[in-house]
This record gives sequence, structure tokens and C-alpha cells, in this order.
Amino acid sequence: MIRVQREDFDIGAEINRLTKGNVKVGGLACFVGLVRDVAGDQRITSMTLEHYPGMTERQLEKIEAEARRRWPLQEVLIVHRYGTLAPGDRIVLVVTVSAHREASLESCHFLIDWLKTKAPFWKLEKTESGAQWVASREEDEQAATRWAENEPA
Amino acid sequence: MRLLYFGWVRSRIGVGGEDVSPPAEIADVRALIAWLSARGKGYADAFADLRVVRVAVNQEMADLDAAVKHGDEVALFPPMTGG
Repeated sequence: MIRVQREDFDIGAEINRLTKGNVKVGGLACFVGLVRDVAGDQRITSMTLEHYPGMTERQLEKIEAEARRRWPLQEVLIVHRYGTLAPGDRIVLVVTVSAHREASLESCHFLIDWLKTKAPFWKLEKTESGAQWVASREEDEQAATRWAENEPA
Repeated sequence: MRLLYFGWVRSRIGVGGEDVSPPAEIADVRALIAWLSARGKGYADAFADLRVVRVAVNQEMADLDAAVKHGDEVALFPPMTGG
């Protein structure tokens, strides 16, 4: 399941809802991305996430489908926020639920790596000296590439 | 043709989107960008380095050689920074 929303999310409530009544769950993995208060040597006052409505949902659905193809997952949840956030605010939640820990941990890592480079979001950081668009990082591209090369067994 | 701009492509051009009617010989993304770049400094700045411009045609990722036609939705944006 994917959700793109302006509002915050409650991690505990989301996890409870995903696993409630399901006694086949062996483990779940959870990743939460937060807004940091520094970029380089600049102090961030806010971060605004812009996205491409319509395409964002399509891309997230594709990313979820790819994770489900690669790992035996019972549930997948991706919640990605947009709009203006403050340092410490939650940006993104990924939860993967499986009978086994490897599938949940690996697929969660895969999903967050793919989100970085394949989900149409752009981040504008505001600092005391002005606003700047966050550049994509070479390391993020490399992290996403790793999953293309190493298919799980 | 519906054009959408995001991130610094939008900031440099100054609008988030617009409807355009390029001449008939504009048949791919590369030609469309060249045509847009001739419209003003903001466009030229946005498309100065095509290595950092990404494209989606009808909400699917595409490359500079992808075909475009009347009625398409074409989005031009920097590399994505999700997560």
C-alpha cells in the first residue's frame, strides 16, 4: 500500500494496523526518514518537498510491486509526505512484513534505496542565507544500482 | 502539449507548467528542449546542462530521444531526491 500525504503519520498505529490479526508474521522491518537540521555547514530552518502528483503514486506502486516480486512479503507500506517540514519532522515511512527477517530487512533497505532515486520528489532546503534545492547524491545512485546487480536468492 | 516543471527546472523557468503548441517538426524531447531554450533566459538556464535534466512522458520515465506529440504530458525536472 502506498500513500502520499501532507499529514504526519503515527508509526505505532501503522504497524499495528498492518499486523493486527495476522499470526503468520515472523518479522517486520521499518524505516523512518527524518528532516536533519544541517546541510553541509548550513543550518536548515525548513525543508519543502515538491512532488509530481499522479506520477508519484505510479512510481511508488511500481517500486512496491518490484519488492513483492523479489521477496515473499505479506504487507508493504510506503507513506511519503510532501509540503513544508521542520527539522525533526518525519518524511517517509517504509514497513515490510514477512514470515522471515531476511525478506523484511532486505526489502525495506531495497525500497528506501529505490525511493531516493526513482520517486519523483524534490527537496528545497531553507537556510538562514536562502533556499537551495537538494542535489542528488552519487552515493544514492550507487546504492540503488547495487540492487539492480544483486538479485536476492 | 502539457509541460510540467519541477525542482530547480521550475524555479529557473518561473512557472510550474504550461500548455504549448510546438511546431510540427518538434518530434522528440531533445528537439522540444532546444525549442524551449530559445524562448528566454530562464529556459536556457534550466536546460544548460542536459546531463542533470530528467524527463517523463505521460508520467513514465523517458530519455531525450523519446518521441513527443500533440496531447502528451511532458515533465522536465532534476534528478529525484525522494526518501
